[in-house]
Amino acid sequence: MSLAVVNARLLDPASDYDGPGAVLVEDGVITLVEHGGAPIRGEQVIDAGGLCLTPGLIDIRVRTGEPGAEPKETLKSASLAAAAGGVTTIVVQPDTDPAVDDPAMVDFIQRRGAALGLVNVRAAGAATKGRGGSRMAEIGLMHEAGALYFTDGDHVIADSRVLSRVMSYATAFNALIACRPADPWLSEGAVATSGELATRLGLPSAPAIAERIQLERDLALVEQTGVRFLVDQISTEGALEVLARARGRGLEVAASVSINHLCFNEVDIGDYRTFYRLDPPLRPESDRRALIEAVRDGLIEAITSAHAPAPAEDKRRPFAEAAPGAVGLETLLPAALTLHHEEGIDLLDVLRPLTEGPASLLGLEAGRLAPGAPADLVLFDPGAPVIVDADALRSKSKNSPFDGRRLQGRVARTVVAGRTVHAL
Amino acid sequence: MTNAAVAADLIADRLVPFPKSHFLAAADLNPPFVSALLDLGDAFVELNRSSTKALDLLRGRTVLNLFFENSTRTSSSFEIAAKRLGADVVTMPVGASSVKKGETLIDTAVTLNAMRPDILVVRHGASGAAALLSQKVGCAVVNAGDGRHEHPTQALLDLLSLRRAFGDVGGLTVAICGDIAHSRVARSNVALLSMMGARVRLIGPPTLVPGDADRWGCEVFHDMREGLAGCDVVMMLRLQLERMDGALMPSTREYFRFWGLDREKLAWARAGAKVMHPGPMNRGVEIDSDVADDLSVSLIQDQVEMGVAARMAVLASLAMRLESAR
Repeated sequence: MSLAVVNARLLDPASDYDGPGAVLVEDGVITLVEHGGAPIRGEQVIDAGGLCLTPGLIDIRVRTGEPGAEPKETLKSASLAAAAGGVTTIVVQPDTDPAVDDPAMVDFIQRRGAALGLVNVRAAGAATKGRGGSRMAEIGLMHEAGALYFTDGDHVIADSRVLSRVMSYATAFNALIACRPADPWLSEGAVATSGELATRLGLPSAPAIAERIQLERDLALVEQTGVRFLVDQISTEGALEVLARARGRGLEVAASVSINHLCFNEVDIGDYRTFYRLDPPLRPESDRRALIEAVRDGLIEAITSAHAPAPAEDKRRPFAEAAPGAVGLETLLPAALTLHHEEGIDLLDVLRPLTEGPASLLGLEAGRLAPGAPADLVLFDPGAPVIVDADALRSKSKNSPFDGRRLQGRVARTVVAGRTVHAL
Repeated sequence: MTNAAVAADLIADRLVPFPKSHFLAAADLNPPFVSALLDLGDAFVELNRSSTKALDLLRGRTVLNLFFENSTRTSSSFEIAAKRLGADVVTMPVGASSVKKGETLIDTAVTLNAMRPDILVVRHGASGAAALLSQKVGCAVVNAGDGRHEHPTQALLDLLSLRRAFGDVGGLTVAICGDIAHSRVARSNVALLSMMGARVRLIGPPTLVPGDADRWGCEVFHDMREGLAGCDVVMMLRLQLERMDGALMPSTREYFRFWGLDREKLAWARAGAKVMHPGPMNRGVEIDSDVADDLSVSLIQDQVEMGVAARMAVLASLAMRLESAR
């Protein structure tokens, strides 16, 4: 079965191509990429009508509730949301119950995900057993089972000796370790960034330097062990400076940023709206500006949805007691396109950390429009106006901070391995 | 002449005085002396295989076995070696007595020294303990393992086993695999094997191989397939199970999957490669029984036999030095 997508505007960050073209797909794999207007044939032909065709998005930080908290989100509801959002690969976080800290759990997640026949469901493994920060998890066996990287998620490995051993051990498998930079003691109980606003609102807060302090430690250990490393959800200007300095010394470290920290700042928590209760907490506008400039300069390898479903009962609480996090799979693309529409960042540079960036970080074949790559594609209209309606989201939890926002960018069709999994 | 009498003559011919007053580390030896000691060891093997194993080279001498750490095989190996040489042997499991009453190592040493032993065989959990003792006593000290520093008689018996299996140690490629960081056996073997012209590789997870081990003149590998390629000898080390607690290793099953020696991994080494292990083994953790018990590849039983012979050679040689110093 062959599928031709013709009359499209191809956007391929991997080859820096932005122009007219067509793509031929056979047996789930891209076999031909035609630049320009030359006609190509397939048994099935989709006329894109000039819409943008780009590799399907790869979201490396997705939390679900399966297993253990299915009312929040299942692999199925997350996969449906991903498909609707143009996300063709999700990397599920290990913070389930039980945690994904052994090879059988990695296998469980990936098999359950594959059985759905929607998007590619991959797993990140826990770095320590039960994400407890004291005993190393079975990194080698999970790596063999297909875990793409290792992280304790929002839990910080406070014990530097444990982290240094985890990092050192991971080098035997060339495995990627990801850490949230947050000093666990400074951040304990904090729901906002220290400053005038948090003081006025009377919210427990952590200083922005909590991120920088922990990042300095993590990078020192990276330097000592030589591990492949991802700074998970960088969110402050100070931490970006630390990262830049480390890279200036030749240290190869990747960084991700959540879409929320590119779109919102601490002023958004002003009405105690708990959908803006995030972890890391929202930052001052100067930090958001610095993050946007980092994306513009290509310093961020991955933009994530930081998809964190929380049901209404966990969100309808006083701000400091509400569960942190926001759903984001379905709104990831239009939210990211604000960087193009409002900040003037080139479309390819917006899409790179959503496709090729995470793909090369995780060693995936996907994320590019090239012969041999899996036919994971998204067709979208970058200018179409949308008003986000949280109640209409496919996620089981509706905690979207974009609820009611006007964005631009609508996914018209999502294709995974040559199969359409979502179409308007 | 009987076999025993032939062996006794051979021993008398080959006996050489020890080059130092103590045997604390592999560095106390030198290549010609090691060869002489191995020749002597071979003669002791012959003696031990005959029906009359007793000699009187150490008659009148007192050998004190001082084991601050529990050990069955090393202490009995030394005890048998000394007894076959005619010494009076006292084995003291010190862990159970004065140490518990708070006596310091040096006080214990001074006390025992006053009983006038000739040779003190010491095992202690702290690196450098044997060297410290040797400065405080008037007799010869043999290091039977100090912390994670050295276990020189183990390296010597390994060398004796290897020379008997291969004829010559020079030019062999020996892979030492496992918990190098905490292993005194590894340190002594690296020193002695290198001294005798073998090429040494170290293989293990990065958490168990010291980062600067490449400066010992060894090649370091974290992957068994790469590390074992072309090796003549695979020397497995015991994995202390408490390593799981300090986040050095995740689990024994993961360790076995990536660093445990089984048939599949052994096939990556040179055809005819031999397997060694200082014992006691964790079967199914660092070594598969299938390999450990296969006498066509395993030298593990030989190592135990060579242990007695090598220690007899060391004790006899030290006694000869004591004799000439008199």
